[in-house]
Amino acid sequence: MQEIKKVCVVGAGAIGSLFVGHLGTVAEVKVLTRRESHARDLNESGLHVSGKSRIATRVTASTDPGELGDVDLIILATKAAAVEASSRRLQGNFPNAALLLVQNGLGCEQVAHEFGDWPLISGVTFMSGTRHSDVHVEYELDTPTWIGPWAQHGPGFPFVKQVAELINASGLKAEAYEDLLPHQWSKLIFNSAVNAISAMTDLPHIKSFAKQDELTDLGHLVHAMMDEGKAIAAARGVELADDPWEMNVQAVSHGQSGDDEYGHVTSMLDDVRNQRLTEVDWITGSIVREAQEAGVRAPYHETLYRLVKAYETSWSRKSAAPA
Amino acid sequence: MRVCIIGCGAIGSLFAAPLARLDDVEVWAYDPYQAHVDAINANGLKIIGKSDIVGEVHARSDASEIPPCDFGIIAAKTMHTQAAIEATAHIFEDGAVCSVQNGVGAEEIIAEYVPRVIMGTTFPAGHITEPGVCHQDTGGSTWIGPFADKPASMEEVERLADACQRAGLDVKAMEDARGALWTKLIFNSASNAMGALARLPHGIACDQPGVRAVMSGLAQEGIAVADALGVTLDSDPEELIDYGREVAYNHKPSMLQDVEAQRATEIDALNAGIAKIGRELGVPCPLNEAMAGIIKGLEHSWTLEN
Repeated sequence: MQEIKKVCVVGAGAIGSLFVGHLGTVAEVKVLTRRESHARDLNESGLHVSGKSRIATRVTASTDPGELGDVDLIILATKAAAVEASSRRLQGNFPNAALLLVQNGLGCEQVAHEFGDWPLISGVTFMSGTRHSDVHVEYELDTPTWIGPWAQHGPGFPFVKQVAELINASGLKAEAYEDLLPHQWSKLIFNSAVNAISAMTDLPHIKSFAKQDELTDLGHLVHAMMDEGKAIAAARGVELADDPWEMNVQAVSHGQSGDDEYGHVTSMLDDVRNQRLTEVDWITGSIVREAQEAGVRAPYHETLYRLVKAYETSWSRKSAAPA
Repeated sequence: MRVCIIGCGAIGSLFAAPLARLDDVEVWAYDPYQAHVDAINANGLKIIGKSDIVGEVHARSDASEIPPCDFGIIAAKTMHTQAAIEATAHIFEDGAVCSVQNGVGAEEIIAEYVPRVIMGTTFPAGHITEPGVCHQDTGGSTWIGPFADKPASMEEVERLADACQRAGLDVKAMEDARGALWTKLIFNSASNAMGALARLPHGIACDQPGVRAVMSGLAQEGIAVADALGVTLDSDPEELIDYGREVAYNHKPSMLQDVEAQRATEIDALNAGIAKIGRELGVPCPLNEAMAGIIKGLEHSWTLEN
């Protein structure tokens, strides 16, 4: 089995930058960026990690994958919406590498698979950080990344374990699973409800998400939506690793979230607040599609999915309106 | 005949000004907005837009200055019902109060304070452009009838409807006005919350992929609740949604206006009202409960920092 000596990270947002900074301490790390200036700054200054880790790493960055040489592992860390474009850029490159995907939701493996024969590793990440600049990321939540071979076309499990070991050795946390689907689905169902509801209510993930006293308390909706998600998972033959409602209750009773004054701003809420397109197609939308495949009704997911999509059009209409 | 308008915003004004032009009707108005009250007393209450009239209305922000009246027409926003009727109840010790507010639940509150209650549903819409001036956006009918729990007599209902008709308002007296009320309630709850949350005017919201189908889901729950109550709807709320798309494509429902201004919405009288009654009758209303939960969550977000 090949040793992992060289890694290429594609997409250096917060998650990508955390991988770059940490893995740089245990492997030779390359970064494929979209902007020339981003590559230039990384080549000149390296990447600086603050917060839970304090690291300064040297990296090789380029906008041209052909300039980066061969690697053993590619980590695709863009948003779900950019997976298709990123995979297209990778096409024909890194023929000896396995590809790890860490997007939210379901379906990105299928997209990447259309552009190359790389064995694919599915990932679900719970870590978080804030990107302060092209060359500085702050490591915040040091929760793990779960990885596992993609069933349709993955590397052997020993290689996946090796990837997890490498990530752990770098100072981040990873756990390898032979079957990731139960974990992916648990997180998906959790994310689908929490993200979409936080985006529509403009609420961070606070205690209200678990409150079920009055008829109109938000916890009822979160709970009902998660129950619907669980039924769809069951219809697809997936046994969940964790109960999404329990994940929700736990998350809002921790110090890092759940407080009215300081709750975790979900990625979809952050997108909505900044009037960016959200990842709802890959998160709540993917559950709607799974329900259709399974022939199961999904009124809550359908409603929240349609609401977020309609909300997105409201600001594109505004920006399209003549001044 | 003496009438007091309780809450002289857009809807209240659309009743007050025409009624005040009748020789045999004296119109008073109770409203907490002092600048509006002062302007009405100084220049009369003006209606512009679809009509162009001025009515001589006696407006007060202190209800103790208002004499006893035969009728009240309460047009306050539903969340202010309790405070408004508490302040004015003494005016109607021997009177009947008619609600032309949105949704369900206001009549029950009014009935705790006054001897006789009339339920009502009104379609005209407008907005206050400046103190003392209301712009009428749309016309439409109003249906009124005795409220079963504490009814005004049918003769009383007809007397109020007659005065309104003579004032040029299309007001119909009905033995059972619940059909009209529930038709509008279901229409509002099916379309307003979706538009408000998507921040889209009615017609544009309807045209977004999948949205019209969700509105249908909401409407069907409301229709099932009305059915369980034994209410016969006036018309199909689904048709109203489509008709609204034709005639009011760019109209921003009041709930959207409230959300944009970060004001409390009327969700309790609309989706949450349907959900509550559905719960009591054992009719499941998951989507109406969902809308209520999201809107309430959004209202909660306005109370937080950042």
